[in-house]
Amino acid sequence: MSQLSVKHLLGIKHINKADIDLIFKTADHFKEVINRPIKKVPSLRDITIANLFFENSTRTRLSFELAEKRLSADVVNFSASQSSVKKGETLIDTANNILSMKVDIIVMRHPDVGACDFLSQHVNAQIVNAGDGTHEHPTQALLDSFSIREKLGSVEGKKIVIVGDVLHSRVALSNIYALKLQGAEVKVCGPKTLIPKYIESLGVSVEYNIKKALEWCDVANVLRVQNERMEINYFPSTREYSQLFGINKQLLDSLDKKIVIMHPGPINRGVELTSDVADSPNQSIILNQVENGVAIRMAVIYLLAQQV
Amino acid sequence: MGKKILLSSKEIHIILHRLACQLIENHTNFENTALIGIQPRGTYLAERLVSILENDYHIPNVKLGLLDITFYRDDFRRRETPLQANKTNINFIVENKKVVFIDDVLFSGRSIRAALTAIQSFGRPSEIELLVLIDRRFSRHLPIQPDYSGSQVDVFNEEKVSVHWEEKDGKDAVYIINN
Repeated sequence: MSQLSVKHLLGIKHINKADIDLIFKTADHFKEVINRPIKKVPSLRDITIANLFFENSTRTRLSFELAEKRLSADVVNFSASQSSVKKGETLIDTANNILSMKVDIIVMRHPDVGACDFLSQHVNAQIVNAGDGTHEHPTQALLDSFSIREKLGSVEGKKIVIVGDVLHSRVALSNIYALKLQGAEVKVCGPKTLIPKYIESLGVSVEYNIKKALEWCDVANVLRVQNERMEINYFPSTREYSQLFGINKQLLDSLDKKIVIMHPGPINRGVELTSDVADSPNQSIILNQVENGVAIRMAVIYLLAQQV
Repeated sequence: MGKKILLSSKEIHIILHRLACQLIENHTNFENTALIGIQPRGTYLAERLVSILENDYHIPNVKLGLLDITFYRDDFRRRETPLQANKTNINFIVENKKVVFIDDVLFSGRSIRAALTAIQSFGRPSEIELLVLIDRRFSRHLPIQPDYSGSQVDVFNEEKVSVHWEEKDGKDAVYIINN
């Protein structure tokens, strides 16, 4: 198979194992490309991509933009803070106006759940979801799995614990779908208030004790506490959170094995991870994740562009 | 579907040795030369030539790289079937080196056009030559000609020239396939 089964990348829920394998295989080639002296290929010379960011982002936007530029696509950037959205324009109007300028692919981040899905039904362009509210963030999950595969050889059969604010995390949901598709075992760990009530229905187990969770796992994917999405207090204090669920050097050293530490960024240093853990060269693969993000996004855009 | 043999395994053996000798004539000890096999089918020919140069003519350390041109092709989104990439493996810089592209069949010249662009990602070669096993004359879309060619054939555009290698297909042979 050399074509994706979907026209848009809206979420991991909509794709299958063969799609993931194809994306990884293509990303392997692009990872080689971005490590060359000249890191650019001319494949998408005749494609124009609009990056619509209705929510703040540094890493994802830069990563998408670099991926697009390294494929030689033309790129236009749009962020909600400096646009007509402020003047009351609807999402469909905004998108259609951009599309009349002959744009082929839209990469969108939006604070509302399902915004990309909605847009894909109403406009004539291919949509890549770069994060929709607390729903999905498919390229992040793909690059996380790709990084695990790179570090441990494969994802199948590995034990992965997702630690922290699972309730507000689109990274967690996309990761659960992606890891389950690839045959990994998944556990979530965090304060009871931040673990969704029916999370077990996705085939994951729950653990409230961080030490037990780390003893069980091969990889810990640590999430950021998303204060900006919390309208009420989910835990008494940041200090208490970091004491109960933060990962520090002593905790890692007390385990009888070396686990892999991942984080989608941005890190709240001293809250979910201490600096010596985040910067540990033999356990943390956080910066590899960022590098792989460009290769994965190149692969996704390249494969979707074949269908333009 | 008709299938006609164009070159037998014995003929290919002789041609490979001739091509190796022609390369030696121009590149002597290959000190400043890099052979680049074009993926996917040119790599077998490139590996075969390197083994002849090393084993039969005792030239050590011939630099061999494999170049994939998928992302540089000019028919992306214009063909029916999607393109699948292959591995690029060039672990040296081609800056100021003499590069020899190696491919099995030269037809339209578009793969070589893509390879000329692709190789620039690895530096600026001092010169680039082209070696092919089969040169399909009169079918070029671009002004590209080989510097070394194993055999020249004139076949109709609908006909396909198919090169088989022992390591991949069980037997060395070149066929003309008539659809």
